[in-house]
Amino acid sequence: MNAKQSLGSRLVEAVGGGVLRVFLIVVGLFWLVPTIGLLLSSLRAPEDISASGWWKVFSEPSQITFDSYAKLLENDDITSSLLNTVWITVPATLLVVIIGSLAGYAFAWMEFPGRDWWFLGVVGLLVVPVQVALIPIAELFGTIGIFGSVLGVVLFHVGFGLPFAVFLLRNFFAEIPRELLEAARLDGAGELRLFFRVVMPLGGPAIAALGIFQFLWVWNDMLVALIFSDSGSQPITVALQTQVRQFGNNIDVLAPGAFISMVVPLAVFFAFQRQFVSGVMAGAVK
Amino acid sequence: MTSVPAAGGTKPPAAPKSRKSVTGTRRTVAALFLLPALVLLGALVVYPIGYSVVRSFYDQSGDGFAGIDNYQALFTDEGIRTALKNNIIWVVFAPTVATALGLIFAVLTERVRWGTAFKLVVFMPMAISMLAAGIIFRLVYDQDPDKGFANAVWVGVHDTFSQASAFPKAHPGRESPLKPAGGGAFVTTSPVRTGEAVSLPLVGVAPDLMPDGAKTAVAPKPEPDKVTGTTWQDFTRGKGVGTLNSVDSSELGYAGMKIEAVKDGRVVASATAADDGTFTLPASADGAQLRLPASNFKEPYNGLDWLGPSLVTPAIIGSYIWMWAGFAMVLIAAGLASVPRELLEAARVDGASEWQVFRRVTVPLLAPVLAVVTVTLMINVLKIFDLVFIIAPGSSQDDANVLALELYRKGFSEDQPGIASAISVFLLLLVIPVMWFNVRRLRREVRR
Repeated sequence: MNAKQSLGSRLVEAVGGGVLRVFLIVVGLFWLVPTIGLLLSSLRAPEDISASGWWKVFSEPSQITFDSYAKLLENDDITSSLLNTVWITVPATLLVVIIGSLAGYAFAWMEFPGRDWWFLGVVGLLVVPVQVALIPIAELFGTIGIFGSVLGVVLFHVGFGLPFAVFLLRNFFAEIPRELLEAARLDGAGELRLFFRVVMPLGGPAIAALGIFQFLWVWNDMLVALIFSDSGSQPITVALQTQVRQFGNNIDVLAPGAFISMVVPLAVFFAFQRQFVSGVMAGAVK
Repeated sequence: MTSVPAAGGTKPPAAPKSRKSVTGTRRTVAALFLLPALVLLGALVVYPIGYSVVRSFYDQSGDGFAGIDNYQALFTDEGIRTALKNNIIWVVFAPTVATALGLIFAVLTERVRWGTAFKLVVFMPMAISMLAAGIIFRLVYDQDPDKGFANAVWVGVHDTFSQASAFPKAHPGRESPLKPAGGGAFVTTSPVRTGEAVSLPLVGVAPDLMPDGAKTAVAPKPEPDKVTGTTWQDFTRGKGVGTLNSVDSSELGYAGMKIEAVKDGRVVASATAADDGTFTLPASADGAQLRLPASNFKEPYNGLDWLGPSLVTPAIIGSYIWMWAGFAMVLIAAGLASVPRELLEAARVDGASEWQVFRRVTVPLLAPVLAVVTVTLMINVLKIFDLVFIIAPGSSQDDANVLALELYRKGFSEDQPGIASAISVFLLLLVIPVMWFNVRRLRREVRR
């Protein structure tokens, strides 16, 4: 009887397992199809796009062409905005990592009055919505003359990236074994040496997670750049956004443009999955 | 105040167990390390909060004190009220559905070997910008079922369950032997006889809407004891070309048209036209009128208007879930990995079904993770902007409006900084409970 039961349950398991696999495959396809649709749309001529859906390329593979990409790379608006994205993202990421590390180290290992209250204050800023700062900072930047510049966009991202950076790094640095720091101290290392030679290398994983998180955050931002950049300093997201109003007429710009803007984040995502996931987990409060 | 003012006790200045003093106590050094961060946070985050709060009490120009007028506008302005209503829909549905899906995916992927690949696929959209996701879903939600994937699937499902029609807009031409029979059907003006060849000409089907299999129409040939006939598109391009009510070589048959023979209101026989438009009815059709039922002429089903006023918000929420279900899944999967296996095994040994194990053991153990994920997504959804801005077309953007979008409009295109500030303060107030929770949780840790 026991054997029969286990046979029965094994049968149920086999059937259930089959259903489960089919279900997960269907869901997986549903998650993939939209992106595939964008990719295939970007590989078709505008006439084909307005005539039929992207799945037509499966029956007519000859439709595939790189013309839209070739044309896009000759479009100065797009190429210069791609460069702007880099000019915004790289400094904004580096600055957040460096400034955040300095402050995180100070909060973890230095002694000064009100240390923990200052830190809690920073933690409180974690969930402040960027919307609160849009109007005041637009006026502030206008006054000091950096409204519309790359610098303004970078500064805004640094400001709103810092609470998370300080929070993450302080918690990570606090776990560094105290003996290591004391040993370095006894060897005569000064503050800066201690910071660059001991703390930063040991903080590697957290710094990587933060860097990747911040990089993707800034690279993918549209709202901040929409307000603080002008036509000369706008990143790719804003450049493409201006095209969306005539959606349909310029899908040959939008589809390849969107795909190009996705390539870097996707490459970063696949290359640094683990760091990205730990950044996301630590940032679950943001 | 020092780092650990816990329990009111006075701490010895250099307690060996405390974390401080490793780098000495030179405050200038600490200040130098902290200065860049604190200056930037002060100027870019703290100062704007104060500014927005003050600004929200002043009028449009910023010169006159407006009291709570701007806050009143939150509840009286038509646009803001729609935005508020939509934000509530967003906050209620988007985080819960994303978390529920994340939970389901996390639990199910544990049971297949390629679970990691699945997780990668679902998590991937988190890496891309909302702008790119917006463009992706503009394509998905294209109204035309031949172009938009959502409607292609929807129409496919729909047409599997209800017959698609082939000849929308077809109707009798001049001097036709057919007349309207009500309800969209057409019927012959006089009864038909066996041995007679019937012509059923219609006009008005656009050439690209003709069935793919349609062939050149063939004139009907009379057959004894049968009613035969042809139904075809009686139209040849060019004025005066082609003969009215007779088959010309350039004209196509109505392949697949349904024909019913009706006697005294009852259908006595029916047939379907061949590719060349010909059909044959048995002798029982003798004396009946031939009817082309309305089902031949229904407009084809064109799917849902995803980005129209009524569906636009759910449609955009769908794209958000596509982006963020992976986030919920990854966090929940991490929580799941820390659930003790023995507990689940014990429940199974006790005879609990898989569903009971899930419902009574897994979910309660995951409750804290589920709460964190839901709250995080709620904060995120509160500020939703890019997806709505990109996906909602101009015609339905008012219907899809959300607070962050309304703030952008009021502040940067309608020159209403007072009202925009009030919206931003309102958003800030909504996240204060979470802020407070974060600080409390951390204070406990810091004091540890």
